[in-house]
Amino acid sequence: MSLDSDQVHRVAELARLSITDADLPLYASELSAILDMVDQLRAADTQGVVPMAHPLAMVQRLRADDVSECDRREDFIALAPESADGLFLVPQVIE
Amino acid sequence: MSALHLRSVAELARGLQAGEFSAAELAQHFLDRIVRLDADLNCVITPTPEAALAAAAAADAQFAKGSAGPLTGIPLLHKDIFCTRGIRTSCGSRMLDNFVAPYDATVVDRLKRAGVVTLGKTNMDEFAMGSSNETSFYGPVRNPWDTARVPGGSSGGSAAAVAAGLAPLSTGTDTGGSIRQPAALTGITGFKPTYGRVSRYGMIAFASSLDQAGGFARSAEDIAYLMTAMAGFDPLDSTSAEVAVPDYVAALEQPLAGLKLGKPREYFAEGLDEATRAATEAAIAVFESLGATVVDVSLPSSTLSVPTYYVVAPAEASSNLARFDGVRYGYRCADPLNLRDLYMRSRGEGFGREVQRRIMIGTYVLSHGYYDAYYLQAQKVRQLIASDFARAFEQVDLIVGPTTQAPAFRLGEKTADPISMYLNDIYTIAANLAGLPALSLPAGLASGLPVGLQLIGPAFAEENLLAAAHGFQQATDWHQLRPEIAQ
Repeated sequence: MSLDSDQVHRVAELARLSITDADLPLYASELSAILDMVDQLRAADTQGVVPMAHPLAMVQRLRADDVSECDRREDFIALAPESADGLFLVPQVIE
Repeated sequence: MSALHLRSVAELARGLQAGEFSAAELAQHFLDRIVRLDADLNCVITPTPEAALAAAAAADAQFAKGSAGPLTGIPLLHKDIFCTRGIRTSCGSRMLDNFVAPYDATVVDRLKRAGVVTLGKTNMDEFAMGSSNETSFYGPVRNPWDTARVPGGSSGGSAAAVAAGLAPLSTGTDTGGSIRQPAALTGITGFKPTYGRVSRYGMIAFASSLDQAGGFARSAEDIAYLMTAMAGFDPLDSTSAEVAVPDYVAALEQPLAGLKLGKPREYFAEGLDEATRAATEAAIAVFESLGATVVDVSLPSSTLSVPTYYVVAPAEASSNLARFDGVRYGYRCADPLNLRDLYMRSRGEGFGREVQRRIMIGTYVLSHGYYDAYYLQAQKVRQLIASDFARAFEQVDLIVGPTTQAPAFRLGEKTADPISMYLNDIYTIAANLAGLPALSLPAGLASGLPVGLQLIGPAFAEENLLAAAHGFQQATDWHQLRPEIAQ
């Protein structure tokens, strides 16, 4: 499977990565090489094989529904690139 | 008595206990070595001398009170993937260059409570994506055996630091070989426990179904001390295993006589460097001379480990790394035009090339129309790889083979070709896909560079792996070989 620059551009959009037009061809050739390598999987006979999502045969553990963490809002807001009044700030979304 | 950086963890503990030196003196010895030697190696991103000396003073107080444990006062470096409260956690990325975690990872917390003295945070491939430590935002780490060569990755800083005698212990993480491969390339012992054995809480996620924390030391015995403190159930990690943790140190003294080792023929096929093959065969002969039996086994689907991994790991990474959006913490681009521009440019500028490649591969294989062909098929092959191991372990106790195809390569040698870089992990990835414990131990030299021997065990058989490695190290002295800088 090979990807061209347009396809890489679309994938980058989906992944929310800004990539300059000048970088697209190199990414296209690198990603194509990786997908070519991955294409070996097509030859594997997996008829009737159950997909393995996780190495542990386990069930989701549940905990009691009570408060176990304290309010650390100020600690978390202090990490934000931009904040005001205890809120994270982003550029205006609604015109 | 030998210099402090030449001693084992048990010897250091005895010296501290006997009052031969204080924890403060011990910490200062390693802090001085970091200052003196790390400018060339670049193992440490963030040294923490003040915090180290404060922890050492607390350790000395424990000795005075008579309440010290086996790791009290022992210096350690943490891979910069573990969150440390009040100390920057960069994950080797520009994205987190300004990130000071508001909490400690469980691994950090457990080791603090065991009394270790943290000297700092080590360099690593960005977000643990790499096999040479060349993708770090903070520059490559150099191999203490030959500074023109890479130390391996992604835990390259942690491995090179122990190899250079900058710390007796360090932590690492292993998603596809990121502990075992750098341990092999720097001539030390590196251990990846069973998936779920060590808490992932506060360990920045790369591929959640593969990531597992472990560590580096000069010997399996030292690793046993580290693992006894690190391992165990954690309610804060939903994939943490509720399986009792044995005393790994007490379990070291098991005879090798009667041990059955399986030699997978796929690990000795084309691509294995001849000198590495010779060292591996010689090490296996040592096991036989100690009473172990060796039989051939086959792991036929393991030849598809690398392609399976490069679907599963990027798929999980593309999802895990979606959290880095420039809004709540980490890097934000300057003057965003709008919210979309903020996301796109913060991620485009904050992530390096290898991370971007993997995010795009992951996004692609999970996208509409490709999911079945790539992701679902990879999960099925993953099941076949795990079944191969299950079949082999009906026949043998442990699997033995090379850790890597060849010794350390030169800086820059593989950066232009991602596939050749990915093939570094050809023998290590299968254990991650199956969730099995595995280690790499020094097994000799090839052209003056270290060769690693890999042992893989059944799930939760950590003590058997460590005991086998310990038995080998009692009978050989490959693990005592040090590069000049560490002498």
